[in-house]
Amino acid sequence: METILQLKNVGYRVQENQILNGISLVVNSQEYLTITGPSGSGKSTLLRIIASLLTASEGEILFQGKNIANLDPIQYRRQVSYCFQQPMLFGKTVADNLDFPFQIRQTTPDIAKQKAALKVVGLPETYLTKRITELSGGEKQRVAMIRNIMYVPDVLLLDEVTVGLDEENKRIVNELIEHFHKDHHVTILSITHDAAELNQASRLLTITKGRLEEAK
Amino acid sequence: MNLDVNNWSLTLAFLLVMIALWIGYREKLGIDREIIIGVIRAVIQLFVVGYLLKYIFRVNNVILTLTMLLIIIFNASWNAQKRSNGMSNALTISFIAILTSTGITLGVLILSGAIKLIPSQVIPISGMIASNSMVAIGLCYRSMNTQFRDQRQSVLERLALGGTIRDASIGILRESIKTGMSPTIDSAKTVGIVSLPGMMSGLIFAGVDPVHAIKYQIMVTFMLLSATSVGSVMACYLAYRSFYNERKQLKDLAGDD
Ligand SMILES: Nc1ncnc2c1ncn2[C@@H]1O[C@H](COP(=O)(O)OP(=O)(O)OP(=O)(O)O)[C@@H](O)[C@H]1O
Ligand SMILES: [Mg+2]
Repeated sequence: METILQLKNVGYRVQENQILNGISLVVNSQEYLTITGPSGSGKSTLLRIIASLLTASEGEILFQGKNIANLDPIQYRRQVSYCFQQPMLFGKTVADNLDFPFQIRQTTPDIAKQKAALKVVGLPETYLTKRITELSGGEKQRVAMIRNIMYVPDVLLLDEVTVGLDEENKRIVNELIEHFHKDHHVTILSITHDAAELNQASRLLTITKGRLEEAK
Repeated sequence: MNLDVNNWSLTLAFLLVMIALWIGYREKLGIDREIIIGVIRAVIQLFVVGYLLKYIFRVNNVILTLTMLLIIIFNASWNAQKRSNGMSNALTISFIAILTSTGITLGVLILSGAIKLIPSQVIPISGMIASNSMVAIGLCYRSMNTQFRDQRQSVLERLALGGTIRDASIGILRESIKTGMSPTIDSAKTVGIVSLPGMMSGLIFAGVDPVHAIKYQIMVTFMLLSATSVGSVMACYLAYRSFYNERKQLKDLAGDD
């Protein structure tokens, strides 16, 4: 199997505070990796470092064999896409959010594609013009997620994207992830506390106080 | 023209300062020191500038005039920079923005024949342009700082989706440029209705026909619109990069605890 991401002894420090420590990890292409751990253990920080939104204080990260410090961060983030824990939508309407991936690639928004994506996550296509202030928490979460997959990335970094959703919404979001994993061969790194999701994990890692361990 | 306020009148006008001091004392505002320092500084600065300008106008030397302009622009940049809350390169950015806005605006005024290329016209006009640019740029910095703090999450989300730092900042840039220009636009709307601006009042005071005076005021309105827009746009576009590091990551804001 081909390695897509490799972390070599990654550490992250804010002043005296060591948040992540000696993290080494090999992620194979098309793998589905689940990460869990107590609150404040450094899970989000780790994904943000992998997403190149933060720079590790120690160690290095290789993407397809290349040190990400030498890659163009903008292009890299389009390939390794991070979904926020508690995302905030921007602009005024749902369309403002779904247009963004097209705008940054200097193309006109593909409305058919946007409507199809809404439908996949169980939202009516009329939602395109809906104001973001009128969405429920679960709807926001789903809209936020389809921004990341308007253009299919190589790796999806999911930061507790099903937290706060009811069973029905969880099922929809997990099916969506599964679809991109199976049919589009997207590598998934997903943080979760959800018991069912942890049970189904094919490879599970835990972070405790900034250290990573392989759990299964 | 009867323009000489005689020294006796000026001394009597000092009574006005006494009123301010008395109010400060009665109301226990604790600002008497501030008022006295302010008054002394104003008197000294104005006298020095008065004699300096008299000299510069008399010798009418290009290098001397340019030096004076550079000093004005540098002082304006220094003051604008103070509003930046520790942004890197703020002084250089302010200097470039104020130099450009003053240069362009002054250039157009001179080329169009609205003002003459003589120190007694170029220096006061430049001072007006530079000080308005300064205020506009200061407002831009303040606005950018607040917005990059308040909208941190949405900037991060745009970056995470693969937006450039410009894509991630464009909303903040637009809002900040608008903030920088808004006082000038507002005062353009109310000029003559609410206030008779300094330039116009001065001319009317000096005995100039109000109809002639308003032509100058119209020119001033145009010139300040150009100066604050050029200054704001340049300062914002040069400054937003300093909120990101070389890896195109949003920096932790300075001054945050
Ligand atoms: N910029 C920062 N400055 C200082 N400390 C930080 C910073 N970012 C994160 N931390 C600290 O790092 C630790 C890990 O934070 P992180 O958000 O990665 O935790 P987490 O595992 O995702 O927690 P949760 O499950 O609650 O989301 C926390 O103690 C947090 O306070
Ligand atoms: Mg977290």
